Amino acid sequence: MSFPLFLEQLFNGIQLGMMLFLMAVGVTLVFGVMRIINLAHGSMFMLGGYFLVAGLAVTGSTLPGLILALALSVAVAVVLEIVVLRPLYARGALDQVLATFGLTLFFNELVVVIWGREPLSLDIPDFLDGRVELLPGLSYPVYRLAITGVAIAAGALLYLLINRTRIGALIRAGSEKREIVAALGVNIGLLYTLVFALGAALAALAGMMTGPLLSIESGNGDPILILTLVVIVIGGLGSVRGALVGGLIVGIFDTFSRVLLPQLLGLSTGSGLTSMAVYILMAAILVYSRTGLFAANRG
Amino acid sequence: MNRRALLFAVLLVIAAAVPALGSTYDTRFATQIAIYGMAALSVDLLLGYGGLITFGQAALFGVGAYAAGMLTAAGITDALIVWPAAVLIAMAFALVIGALALRTSGFQFIMVTLAFAQMVYYGGQSLRSYGGDNGFTVARNTLAGAAVLGNHVVFYYVVLALLVAVTVLAGRVVNSEFGLVLRGGRDNERRLAAIGFPPYRYKLVAFTIAGGIAGLAGALMANHASFVSPALMSWQMSGELLAMVILGSAGTLIGPVFGAAIYLVFAQMLSDYTEHWMLFFGPLLVLRVLLVKDGLWGSLVRLANAGEAPAPPLDWGPEAAE
Repeated sequence: MSFPLFLEQLFNGIQLGMMLFLMAVGVTLVFGVMRIINLAHGSMFMLGGYFLVAGLAVTGSTLPGLILALALSVAVAVVLEIVVLRPLYARGALDQVLATFGLTLFFNELVVVIWGREPLSLDIPDFLDGRVELLPGLSYPVYRLAITGVAIAAGALLYLLINRTRIGALIRAGSEKREIVAALGVNIGLLYTLVFALGAALAALAGMMTGPLLSIESGNGDPILILTLVVIVIGGLGSVRGALVGGLIVGIFDTFSRVLLPQLLGLSTGSGLTSMAVYILMAAILVYSRTGLFAANRG
Repeated sequence: MNRRALLFAVLLVIAAAVPALGSTYDTRFATQIAIYGMAALSVDLLLGYGGLITFGQAALFGVGAYAAGMLTAAGITDALIVWPAAVLIAMAFALVIGALALRTSGFQFIMVTLAFAQMVYYGGQSLRSYGGDNGFTVARNTLAGAAVLGNHVVFYYVVLALLVAVTVLAGRVVNSEFGLVLRGGRDNERRLAAIGFPPYRYKLVAFTIAGGIAGLAGALMANHASFVSPALMSWQMSGELLAMVILGSAGTLIGPVFGAAIYLVFAQMLSDYTEHWMLFFGPLLVLRVLLVKDGLWGSLVRLANAGEAPAPPLDWGPEAAE
């Protein structure tokens, strides 16, 4: 593997890793504060893509379309949190996974009813089209650089939000002792809605940004959700740092195994076997640590 | 004979009468219920007795189906060899997956079983010579050299007999000392360990047994559908098996078979009405979880036992999840 090719794949891996981070941070924050595993998180990824298609059709330009799509995603998340998630907080893990699994089935069919079974495609915005020469012999798509940049910016904003603001202090306090936070007079219900909407918006953002790279179709969030769960198993449940490190590990490992495994084993590319590599990595990490690399300090 | 056993006997008579009273379609539909019921029962063995929420049982169901299909394609066609082999292969997969997944507990266990099932799913997709994503058709197995399994009625009775055998066997397992330890681990793992039973080993044995049952169901499915594809191992299938257990009552073994019947009848009715039946099934599953405490079998037993002291309900409170 030549050095420019290595760098190109490294950038691809970081880009996938940052998308997985945007997904994983929502799952892990929602778990941290509300103690719930939300299997419908993949639906927010999928809806993000569809909403962007709708937003672009309505507004006709990129930024307003993006804002409209984000607003729609947040609206759906707020309704979901109030109507379905809230009664689930007091329930066991089984009820939580079954109900949120039911939501996934619903959303996967809903998009078929609204947009049809044919996959939709999103175009890369004109101002991000094309390639840029990073090094001699390495030209890289501007769009991929841009979405990696947006994901890093979102992660930095999230860091500031959690560590430097009053809401962040409440989120951190809520994930330690939510009963005490409620007893101190904080509107814990509002905090829950906020955390859920934040996670959903990040997942939808990931879905929008990867829209032009993948096709937008019913159920396209499901494999991403499962990969996100692998990220969380590796990084540790409830840890934002774990979501970042786990996301980068999985993103880079997955990208390189897809390039290198077919060369090493003489397989044709796109073979399912290369998709299995990250799960073997997860197994190896489970042997090393039962709770992942950065498990938050709780049972 | 207590009323629970009487209820069981009455239902068995009804099930046995399906080919006599119904059409070929009804018999095939009942066969499908029995096969999914067996797979759901294997989930219940883990969920209802071990407190293990597995979101990956479809992988073992699929491994059984692939093992049966691949052996048959390789020219080994007799059910007396193919089915036990499918069970053993599924048990081997379950042993490896369980050995890793059972290192975790609670929410992590759900995520890890889901992830490993997805890995097996991709493995199935990578089998290019067996149709990859599209799957492959499978010839029916022979039974002791006789090509009788192509007959819908014969196949139905074979499946029904195996389902009864598996139910009785699983019932003996959960009522044995082993089952007692398994339930002890469900209720309080720390206390169990303190009195000298390492929970990990017991859970791993249960996981392996359940994998074998799911593998048998898979081998039967390969025969029933004459077709095997990665869809059998999808995460939706794992979720549907869990839903069947809950619809029927967890921790009862026979309840999940009912759950499979409710699920499949319901899916059939809804899909007659609209191709978008998932649009209604998804919210119904949510409502079922939010509003109803017990499954059908639990309600039936409670009706039959009206006046007697009820069995203590299973506790799925938040502490059971952690």
